[in-house]
Amino acid sequence: MSRQIRRLSFVFGLLLIALLVNATLIQVINARDYRDRPGNQRILLAEYDRERGPILVASDPVARSVETGNTLTYMREYNNGPLYAPVTGFYSLVYGATGLERTENRILNGKADIFTVDRIQQLVSGRQPVGGAVTTTIDAAAQRAAFKGLKGKRGAVVAIEPATGRILASVQMPSFDPNRLSSHNPADIREYYAELEADPQKPLLNRPVVSLNPPGSTFKVVTAAAALASGRFTADSILPGPKAYQLPNSTKKLRNWNGRECGPGGKVTLEQALAISCNTAFAWLGNELGASAIRTQADAFGFDHSFEIPLRAATSLFPADPDAPQTALSAIGQFDVRATALQMAMVAAAIGNSGRTMNPYLVQEIRGPDLSILQTTEPTQYADAMKPSDSLSLTDMMVNVVQNGTGSNAQISGIRVAGKTGTAQTGNDSPSVAWFISFAPAAAPKVAVAVVIEESGAPEVSGNGLAAPIAKAVMEAVLRQ
Amino acid sequence: MPSTHPATRVPGEFAVIKKRRNTELALLIFAWLLGVLGTLQVGWATGEGTPPRLWITAGAVAAVALVMHTVVRIRAPYADPIMLPVGTLLTILGLIMIYRLDVADARRAQLNKSPIPTPDVYSQLTWFAIAGILFCAVFILLRDHRRLQRYTFTFGLIGLILMVLPLAPIIGTTVNGATLWVRFGGFQFQPAEIAKILITIFFAGYLVKTRDSLALVRTKVLGVGLPRPKDLGPIVVAWFISLGVLIFQRDLGTSLLFFGLFVSMLYIATQRRSWLIIGFVLFVGGAYFAYSNFAHVEARVTVWLDPWTYSDTTGYQIVQSLYGLANGGILGAGLGQGFPNLVPFASTDFIVSALGEELGITGVFAILMLYALLIERGFRVAITCRDGFGQLLAAGLSITLALQVFVIIGGVTGLIPLTGLTTPFLSYGGSSLIANWVIVALLLRISDRSRRPDTSQISPDDAMTQVVSRV
Repeated sequence: MSRQIRRLSFVFGLLLIALLVNATLIQVINARDYRDRPGNQRILLAEYDRERGPILVASDPVARSVETGNTLTYMREYNNGPLYAPVTGFYSLVYGATGLERTENRILNGKADIFTVDRIQQLVSGRQPVGGAVTTTIDAAAQRAAFKGLKGKRGAVVAIEPATGRILASVQMPSFDPNRLSSHNPADIREYYAELEADPQKPLLNRPVVSLNPPGSTFKVVTAAAALASGRFTADSILPGPKAYQLPNSTKKLRNWNGRECGPGGKVTLEQALAISCNTAFAWLGNELGASAIRTQADAFGFDHSFEIPLRAATSLFPADPDAPQTALSAIGQFDVRATALQMAMVAAAIGNSGRTMNPYLVQEIRGPDLSILQTTEPTQYADAMKPSDSLSLTDMMVNVVQNGTGSNAQISGIRVAGKTGTAQTGNDSPSVAWFISFAPAAAPKVAVAVVIEESGAPEVSGNGLAAPIAKAVMEAVLRQ
Repeated sequence: MPSTHPATRVPGEFAVIKKRRNTELALLIFAWLLGVLGTLQVGWATGEGTPPRLWITAGAVAAVALVMHTVVRIRAPYADPIMLPVGTLLTILGLIMIYRLDVADARRAQLNKSPIPTPDVYSQLTWFAIAGILFCAVFILLRDHRRLQRYTFTFGLIGLILMVLPLAPIIGTTVNGATLWVRFGGFQFQPAEIAKILITIFFAGYLVKTRDSLALVRTKVLGVGLPRPKDLGPIVVAWFISLGVLIFQRDLGTSLLFFGLFVSMLYIATQRRSWLIIGFVLFVGGAYFAYSNFAHVEARVTVWLDPWTYSDTTGYQIVQSLYGLANGGILGAGLGQGFPNLVPFASTDFIVSALGEELGITGVFAILMLYALLIERGFRVAITCRDGFGQLLAAGLSITLALQVFVIIGGVTGLIPLTGLTTPFLSYGGSSLIANWVIVALLLRISDRSRRPDTSQISPDDAMTQVVSRV
């Protein structure tokens, strides 16, 4: 029997090794991964003991730590919480952190490697470590204008500086108050969180970067860009624009929103088709170009790629393998085409930036606890989306949309504004989504904007009626400075 | 493997075996000192200051340990000198962590402005004293472990009754979904903890008598000798009882422990690997049956495979446990400086996560090594024991400890699905602490007999083959 006991003890020895290896995996190999998980409150609890660095808009702190005199020494305070919530996120005892509070955590808590020198000094001097500051790219005036414009609606606004990719505004409605999620009272936090979770309007969703909607007619600028890139079409090319377009291999017909022909005799130029948002002409164009040409164009603007700004943005999608009728619908931003507000702002920005798509970013500078600049983000290019000459041509076409077409509400006196309206059905019976994308001044844009309003419940004019005035206000806010 | 087989030692051969009782005492003092330091560290690190009753509690622990040591010194002078200090150190580590969690609970209550809960550490200390008394009782009432063999079936019957007791009306109680508690008045008890000892005694007594017939081989299939169908009876009964525990008491841990113990002991007794294979096949079949028919088993497996998806619901405990362990890292947050109270049931099922957070992987390895040492000493007792019953009993008790440690620590670290078992010596809870101290007492009792210079008249060969049982 002794031999069997020895053998069994050998088996238990193996089980012991399994426990040791598993513990090593958790506590050493994967430990950092687990510590950084969003739901992990431990690190947060430890960090309530020390001063966390602020998140700045220009030089104003929109999130900062204030002393409380309680067991938890510091509390997070957000000035204008709902306004900046899509940027800052929250920093909660119960639910972990989101937004920049999460992605820039190691800067804000002073644990990032760039603080090593400070940390050694702190160790020697015995001072508590203090976190660094994060300066955002946000422009307070643009952010406020967008927030004001969205009031009472459901949607999102993103504004980008075309030449750099700096995100000037990222706004959502409805929003939430991060102060109430970052308090020291777990019961209150839970109650408020449950309320937000239960809200059918989903205020916790970071709409500007993660909410995907069909871009509708705003996507026609992508199709137009693909048409110019093909070399077969110019702004003056004549396209068929009948009342209804017979979808290939299908019994269905696609109609124009007003049920009329796009031009005399059902003929229309590409420029005019964009100006009046002619569905039949663009559906025809989509099939002429083919799905892969449109997808190549869309991808160069940033579709089918997930950007980290550093918040992780949802991937905007162009359908993988559409058949002919689906291609026609995709060319007008319907079917399975989905885009975030960030993505459509990037499309506008790239057109205004001589066809260069820039990587969007939200963090301008990282500063030390003494506010000295430790690191500045340099703009980087993502792709060459268009030839400069094509981009000029498309810009003129978009200026025409605002001056003579469907985007009249975005006109700013004395400034050439390029824009495009859009309305999309999110499903057969679901309410429509209104879009407006634009940039200004058209020749050398300082700002590109995308506005999306969900459940607008209005017809095509809503892009102009609901979304364009907000885009106009945001552009004005930036240009006024 | 050493060539000298202890069981075949020549009778009358004179081996110098040191008693090493002073070693035991020195190790106990070391364990006690660690306890005092640990408690002080908790007090200072949490800002409570020196715990007001430190010297009373430290004195009580010292008194219990000293009494146990003295009884061993007098009644079992040749007993293994390592097991008592290891058990004591583990109990002390448990006490420190329970005190530390008391502090955290009081803190939280203060913050929420709710009444401060009764500290657990004093009741655990009381349980340790009671465990100490029962530990001593084993040595005083039982001079020779072989006497237990006389009551093989009595123990088996009582063990079985204890196991089903929680299902009885009025006294049976369901806590956290598992029906394994019995309540008399204000007093709660987990009878399965005591039952596992009685059943181990029963298995040892039963198997030592029937192992010859169970070892008979009928046919060979793929080179493995299979037993006669009629000998399959006992293992099938054990299998059904395990499934019964699982289904009616919803206690996955005890069910696993019970079946694993029986199969291992069957293997030792019959020396036939076929029983391991049959046991494994039955285990897989039972596990699959349980998985596909019982929602609570399926839920455990689902969470085990992907705890992160369920981190807010059914996976909350395990995810919090992983967070705690990860927070501990290599050296730990330091006693009193982590957040072990964020893990539900930190003082019972998840006490290893709590210790792992504050003592790091260094502490987890140390604790696992303490268990390994204890279990290895147990197996050593089994191997050196001169009678078949004692061998099987010592092996069985060690396996009970080993399976428990593996199942619970493997569970809270996500290596295997989580099952509700207590962590021997560390977990808060009287039944478990008492039962594990009785296991140590029995192992020491057997070890005293086997390490004592051989002056008995019975030759070891007789002891190996004679049937002592009278039922």
